[in-house]
Amino acid sequence: MTINQFLILGALLFSLGVYGVLVRRNAVAVLLAIELMLAAVNINLVAFGSLLQDPLRTGHIFALFVITVAAAEVGIGLAIVILIFRNRSSVNVDELDLMKW
Amino acid sequence: MSFGDWIGQSENLVFLAIGIVMLVAGWWVVTTRNLVHAVLMLVVALAGSAALFLLLGAEFVAWTVVLVYIGAVVVLFLFGLMITRAPLRRDPVRLDHQRRWPAMAVAGAVFATLAYSTTTFFGWAEGGTVERNLTGDVGDLLFKRFVIPFEAVSFVLLAALIGGIVLARKDPKE
Repeated sequence: MTINQFLILGALLFSLGVYGVLVRRNAVAVLLAIELMLAAVNINLVAFGSLLQDPLRTGHIFALFVITVAAAEVGIGLAIVILIFRNRSSVNVDELDLMKW
Repeated sequence: MSFGDWIGQSENLVFLAIGIVMLVAGWWVVTTRNLVHAVLMLVVALAGSAALFLLLGAEFVAWTVVLVYIGAVVVLFLFGLMITRAPLRRDPVRLDHQRRWPAMAVAGAVFATLAYSTTTFFGWAEGGTVERNLTGDVGDLLFKRFVIPFEAVSFVLLAALIGGIVLARKDPKE
């Protein structure tokens, strides 16, 4: 296995996530696309950790940290989305223009 | 190395199958009009990434992905969808913006930049043999060399837990 195949797959998944973040209106769907981007980053990190012959396994360890922070991010993000839904009865990100001058 | 040589190795064939499944699932996540289907397709994409980690010899990371993502995060997403009355297929609410082409252009530019820069700077690494059974090593490193980041991350999780409760509960004064 070469490392390039993992890098290309990671880049493809990351750009799919970028497309989703830009094109979706629903805030939960935006969070889903962010999860896709984090999965792409994890693929790159684990490929580096396994294929670069790193004795410290930094790629694997940092993939674990990314997973943990992603779990925290989803918890807080969904709490904020629920709060916005309670206040405005909508989670469409293009209708949240209260702070727009 | 030509494509014929590359595909001749069985693990590359497995990689290709998993990669295609992951890309189709990812495309489904960002394009489907039914958000519940999007969450279920995210499960497929994350299971594909766990399979890739197994292929790379990172068993502990793979099972952590299965436990944390597929077990917990996806359930959290489904709860979030149900609570916020997300649009399913039959609803007239538009789920996407009208302007898709600028988003596609940006995504394509991101792909070109990422693919070019990472393969240029790291393509020299001809992946040798993948070591297996790294779980013991990872555990040792996590509790010796990386113990301070480990504790910091656990504190982040605690803060996120408290923050989630504080944000999502109803204000008792109302």
